[in-house]
Amino acid sequence: MEIAIALILVIMIAGSIFSLHAKDLLSAIVSFGIVGFSLVISFLILMAPDLAIVQIVVETISLIIMISVLIISTREDLSEKETVKIKGKSYINIRSLSYFIFSIITVSLLTYLFILATADLDPFGTHKTRMASEYIANGVKDVGAINLVTGIVFDYRGYDTLGEATILFTAVMGVLAILRLKTHKQDLP
Amino acid sequence: MKGMTSIVKKVSALISGLVFLYGCYIIFHGHLTPGGGFAGGTIIAGSFILLIIANGIQYFRLKEEKEESSLAEGAGILLFLLFATGGLLLTAHVFFKNFLPLGTPGNLVSAGVLPLYNIFVGIEVAAGLLSIFLAFVIYKKED
Repeated sequence: MEIAIALILVIMIAGSIFSLHAKDLLSAIVSFGIVGFSLVISFLILMAPDLAIVQIVVETISLIIMISVLIISTREDLSEKETVKIKGKSYINIRSLSYFIFSIITVSLLTYLFILATADLDPFGTHKTRMASEYIANGVKDVGAINLVTGIVFDYRGYDTLGEATILFTAVMGVLAILRLKTHKQDLP
Repeated sequence: MKGMTSIVKKVSALISGLVFLYGCYIIFHGHLTPGGGFAGGTIIAGSFILLIIANGIQYFRLKEEKEESSLAEGAGILLFLLFATGGLLLTAHVFFKNFLPLGTPGNLVSAGVLPLYNIFVGIEVAAGLLSIFLAFVIYKKED
């Protein structure tokens, strides 16, 4: 199981790197879809069908929405080269060099902190949390739902679900407000 | 956005009803089988998006802003909040208290208010995703 998950993680990393370096925006979006659909397979391998159903539909719809936004938008690309030519001589671009150094420092710092944080965790797949065993033992008796995930999401963790629904509501309101503003500005004489 | 060829239109007209019913099934059986309000709501929104992409905007006569999807979204989250407050008012004075009788586990009508929460969240998610997609399609100006 761990070998399959490691393979899928390698495919996801390759897809995201390709989407960073793609020449066209459309191929960047399509290769970004590799990450989402590989996540679906890894959820299925880890035996979480609830998450897999949600992820596969949300990934498809968000790809459709991103492509429809791409079709509306302009097709100008930003290009930044490593060396700048001034009067025949080539100089190193200071901005891209500083990006490079800053990203290396950040990645090494984050790696060190990650190793420090996960030093005394349990091995992958085992856990000793008391809440989960409590839920698994008494969940059906307390909630009355056979699907334990729904029982936890809507009963034990009801506040979290309310927050999730509120986040979606706020996102839709923001999108409608921004697009409506743009249309009204175009309608002005 | 124009429509596609007649083969795509016919197949999408045959498929989209099945997709809609599958979303309804996932919402109503959310407390028995994997899935729930979020998954079923996105599947229902997907069935409408399939029809719009295959047939173009003119199929639903979508010329101007429609209020119904935003209205359904607001009503869904308001009903969810009302039922959560019902637990506060009716029985044990606890927010998100399951105040309906639990029934026998495994039946379609069981688990108290959980199926109602599933239905409300499904309405909210479907209407929200559909109104985002409609906003991107309608507010586009061809200039």
